[in-house]
Amino acid sequence: MEIVDVVPPMLKDNVIVTSVDALFKWGKANSIWPLSSGLACCSIEMMCAAASRFDLARFGYEVFRSCPRQSDLLIVAGTLTWKMTPPLIRLYEEMPEPKYVIAMGNCNIGGGPFSDSYSVVTGLDQIMPVDVYLPGCPPRPEALIDAMLKLKKRIQHPELAAGSEEAREKSRQALREMTDGEPVAEKVE
Amino acid sequence: MHNGILYLAGQGLKDMMLPIIGSELIVNLIMTLICIVIIFLLVAVSALVFTYGERRICALIQVRIGPNRVGPQGLLQSTADMLKLLTKEDIIPVGIDRWMWVLSPILIFIPSAMIYALFPFDDGVIFADVNIGLFLLLAISSQSVLPFLMGGYASNSKYSMLGGMRTVAQMLAYEVPMVISLLGIVMITGSLKMSAIVEAQSNVWFIFLQPLAFLIYMTTALVESNRPPFNIVEGESEIIAGPFTEYTGMRWALFFLAEFANLLSIGILTSVLFLGGWQGPDFLPTQLWFWIKAFFMVIVYQWIGWTFPRLRIDTMLNFGWKVLLPLALINLLLTGIGIYVVNAL
Repeated sequence: MEIVDVVPPMLKDNVIVTSVDALFKWGKANSIWPLSSGLACCSIEMMCAAASRFDLARFGYEVFRSCPRQSDLLIVAGTLTWKMTPPLIRLYEEMPEPKYVIAMGNCNIGGGPFSDSYSVVTGLDQIMPVDVYLPGCPPRPEALIDAMLKLKKRIQHPELAAGSEEAREKSRQALREMTDGEPVAEKVE
Repeated sequence: MHNGILYLAGQGLKDMMLPIIGSELIVNLIMTLICIVIIFLLVAVSALVFTYGERRICALIQVRIGPNRVGPQGLLQSTADMLKLLTKEDIIPVGIDRWMWVLSPILIFIPSAMIYALFPFDDGVIFADVNIGLFLLLAISSQSVLPFLMGGYASNSKYSMLGGMRTVAQMLAYEVPMVISLLGIVMITGSLKMSAIVEAQSNVWFIFLQPLAFLIYMTTALVESNRPPFNIVEGESEIIAGPFTEYTGMRWALFFLAEFANLLSIGILTSVLFLGGWQGPDFLPTQLWFWIKAFFMVIVYQWIGWTFPRLRIDTMLNFGWKVLLPLALINLLLTGIGIYVVNAL
């Protein structure tokens, strides 16, 4: 939500909202610290992206924090099984807002070659809101850098991705259902 | 008579204010307040500069480029990081010792900033030139162990607790050889006063008289300030982030700030104790010599940090007690014999 939207309509003419919002957006977009977590082979490409040949550090994104409390971005790199979802959701919930998710690799975008399996999550957006989808098996390190730059664009211009808000709300609801163990609709009543 | 640039500037300011205000007491009070503001500005600015510098130097050593996209040559990178940390959610976990948890990042900043009062920045420029200078300096800098332990205990997390305990263990193991290695300097100078230690190096720097003490001091200084390769307190592969595990946003940034204040202070301290402080050939002003030496030592510490892999806690403690401590004692003995021989000649 924009700070401009917080101002009640009655006060719109009396309150001046300056562009400090743009400054903070610039700060957030230029300092995305990923959580160093990897699930499968995609994480090898993630490590490679930070090493000397591709050098993620040029954009200031190389600060891989091992603690979710200090990181901003969860790169879900690799095949996600249903058994692994509770720890992953826990890591996601330990991160402070604002937080972002990149679904890296075909496996967790839609199941990939394991889409018929009983144990593989076919689509990360079933369990948490995803900001950027990065297809590939595995995606090249350049592709990961490109995904992070797409995320930067998304943070600085949230209106560009406005159409997906409904889908993201669906994912958030699914996350709430999974963590609370009961459907949200019942809880409201 | 003192003739450093900073000293003359301070005297000039004082002489300018005295006729306007009248009372010398008030002028001195104002000068003290200005000094405190300068110290805090120095610490804050050095943290901003060093985060960027460290990332560029680390990249240089690892054959990378480092941050170069945000602003000209990436100079605004640490500004962006600080802005982001300001806007992050402030998570206060359930089940913590609230008061100690909140106080820990604030208290950690105090010893780091306080030792700046004891550094001789220039000829005659030292905020508190007490006659137990070096002793007071070591006493204050060893206080920084307490906030680590407080934060580790108060977070109510296994990783934090382990990190806090590790701080105490390494501080005990490395404070002793550090103090004994510095005793050699005190024996040669005959004084604990910081200005006297710098004066004593006007002919020969102590790095040439005390090479062993210099190496021991460099090692222990890296441990004291939790620099890699001795950063086992926050060893990421073992205990996530040590005492900082539960801190988010600005609270964590305060720990970070103190770490870089410590990095600058060990750089300054090494140059003051072993490299002659503000003294140098006449073609450059003394103030410039001071910062050249201090920043050179900071770069050397970062170079060491990014070259060697992290040590294990048990090997590190063994090294402190079984190697560095006997070496420091031998250095003390040799210094004593040397002084005796020189006096007898």
